[in-house]
Amino acid sequence: MSARDREVEHDTHLDLLSWLLRQMIRIRRFEEKCAELYSATKIRGFLHLCIGEEAVAVGVVGALDAHDAIVSTYREHGHALARGVPMESIMAEMFGRATGCSGGRGGSMHLFDASRRFYGGNAIVAGGLPVAVGLALADHLTGDKAVTACLFGDGAFAEGEFHESANLAALWHLPVLFCCENNRYAMGTALAREHAETDLTARAAAYGMVAWSVDGMDVLAVREATDRALAYVRSSGQPCFLELRTYRFRSHSMYDPDRYRDKAEIEHWKQSDPIPALASRLVSEGLMTAAEVEEWLAEIESEVATEIDEAVAVAEAAPLEPVEDLTRFVTTAAGDPVRRTS
Amino acid sequence: MSRRTATADRAREQATEKATGKTTGKTTGKVPPTVETTYREAMRAAHREALLRDPRVFLMGEDVGRYGGSFAVSLGLLEEFGEERIRDTPLSESAFTGAGVGAAMRGLRPIVEIMTVNFSLLALDQILDNAATLRHMSGGQLSVPLVIRMTTGAGRQLAAQHSHSLEGWYASIPGLRVLAPATLEDARGMLWPALEDPDPVLIFEHGSLYNLSGTLPVEPTPVDIERAAVRRPGTDVTLIAYAGGLGKALAAADLLAAEGISAEVVDLRVLRPLDDATIIGSVSRTHRAVVVDEAWRSGSLAAEVTARIVEQAFYELDAPVERVCAAEVPIPYPHHLEEAALPQPEGIAAAARRAVGEHG
Repeated sequence: MSARDREVEHDTHLDLLSWLLRQMIRIRRFEEKCAELYSATKIRGFLHLCIGEEAVAVGVVGALDAHDAIVSTYREHGHALARGVPMESIMAEMFGRATGCSGGRGGSMHLFDASRRFYGGNAIVAGGLPVAVGLALADHLTGDKAVTACLFGDGAFAEGEFHESANLAALWHLPVLFCCENNRYAMGTALAREHAETDLTARAAAYGMVAWSVDGMDVLAVREATDRALAYVRSSGQPCFLELRTYRFRSHSMYDPDRYRDKAEIEHWKQSDPIPALASRLVSEGLMTAAEVEEWLAEIESEVATEIDEAVAVAEAAPLEPVEDLTRFVTTAAGDPVRRTS
Repeated sequence: MSRRTATADRAREQATEKATGKTTGKTTGKVPPTVETTYREAMRAAHREALLRDPRVFLMGEDVGRYGGSFAVSLGLLEEFGEERIRDTPLSESAFTGAGVGAAMRGLRPIVEIMTVNFSLLALDQILDNAATLRHMSGGQLSVPLVIRMTTGAGRQLAAQHSHSLEGWYASIPGLRVLAPATLEDARGMLWPALEDPDPVLIFEHGSLYNLSGTLPVEPTPVDIERAAVRRPGTDVTLIAYAGGLGKALAAADLLAAEGISAEVVDLRVLRPLDDATIIGSVSRTHRAVVVDEAWRSGSLAAEVTARIVEQAFYELDAPVERVCAAEVPIPYPHHLEEAALPQPEGIAAAARRAVGEHG
């Protein structure tokens, strides 16, 4: 490798780490602001934060092509932000405003952005999995090379829809990337209290899928595994299963008093916080000095704070959907845009 | 009258003739060439036409391919169109129905066949929470142009888990269009407009209708998926029915005619959105209504139709609206109990006599 190649590789690597770090911070701070706005009753309904799980959102979603599809869950703010759904439109959605990414119709649990092939936002646990299989089936039938990434939790793994979907995708050789965010709790029920066999990867593999388990607190590990999985799905046309072992630092939702977890356990997992872990890595890999990292983090924090403040201001000023439009889009009316493909 | 309307009228007459065993005695002069067919064959012809016309159309469901369809609707389609477009699925109603949702969102035109409405409950999450919901919840960003077909109804001694009529439940869900073809013409004609609908459409095929036979024009007649249809005109009472209930209502109208009571028979055809204009128009002429529904009375489609009549035509009514529904029991296996549980022509006629006689 020439000095020039090494330099390019170094820069590419640094660019990637920078992007990963910045996105994780954006997601963390955005969600902290959402929690604050929830307490201030600006955001209502259910609010599920992914704080602690940002490495999965950023590592998986960042690896996808713009042409790939994403089907997510009700804990999807991170996925949407990493996908590039503008923070303004997500915040407006949290406020139920007409300028929200779902027109204010869905709120926190139902973020959609068809233009970015981001299909929600499904709040029925495992309910998005069959849809992901269908998107991939359409790609298979039309010869499209897109991959559909489907994110879901360890709770969804207990649903019949996971097992039906895994079997169907493997049986029909469909390009689905199943990403199981195993945060060890199905709401308040611990993994071992909901699964007779807690080795999820072995169970997924039983469907004839390639299945890997990944440290979901290590954003680079997630990214590398996803890159490898995507390459496999694209070249083989077969589905693949990734178990991303992670942990949410906050409660299941804002309603959850979190009585089912040891404080010590939460503190233990916080030692693996993906954000400081990646910042430290910049130093340990010799990419930056500690002082440079500090300075750079301060810069990111400042930019992110500005982005969030602007998003909140824009959302607060945004219009509500007129009540006359209540029944609009239940079915397609004359003159409504009909999306031919998405 | 346009040529197309005349053709449609003639086909409707033929369907009525077949269902009633009568001829209308009218001729249109230029009768188009016809073919002897059955409801099953008409459905199959509709599938062939759709698969030939639009490469985005494909069929998936349990045993639709190698087996030829559990009711033989798709017999021969696998051989003609191949494994990619005629897809045998595992027994995974939720997954393959949801896959239909995803494929439709991506721009294809899937037809999902579910063996019976009872089994469709395993896919209810996909039908309700995704197919019917995604367009509204996404603020109009997503379309789900999906067609889901399934059998419904009793009368074949299949016992409780294969005999229920749950289409009324689906007819309460905003975002869906719900169809119930009861004639050869509708069996042949409803699939294509359903596939052209940008939103999800459910088609309920009553299991007792597949062997219904008669003639259809060789050239398919376009039908709408908007309106109810008057299948038999009358003046004294309106019998409102759909799917498997239509033949029974027509049979009841025969019984009544022998007694000098002229019954009009309205076939709902479209269970959602209901065609209030045709229902109310008929009741406003006859001033009496009997609603026939093979589902349970409580919270039924019959209840909805009755409520609409009362809301919109209260002062037109000369008698309380009558309902003839299934007994509120799981449909039993033995023939005599099953018959007793279901609306029958005599019971429908008796309800009509009450409406006409007691308040005449």
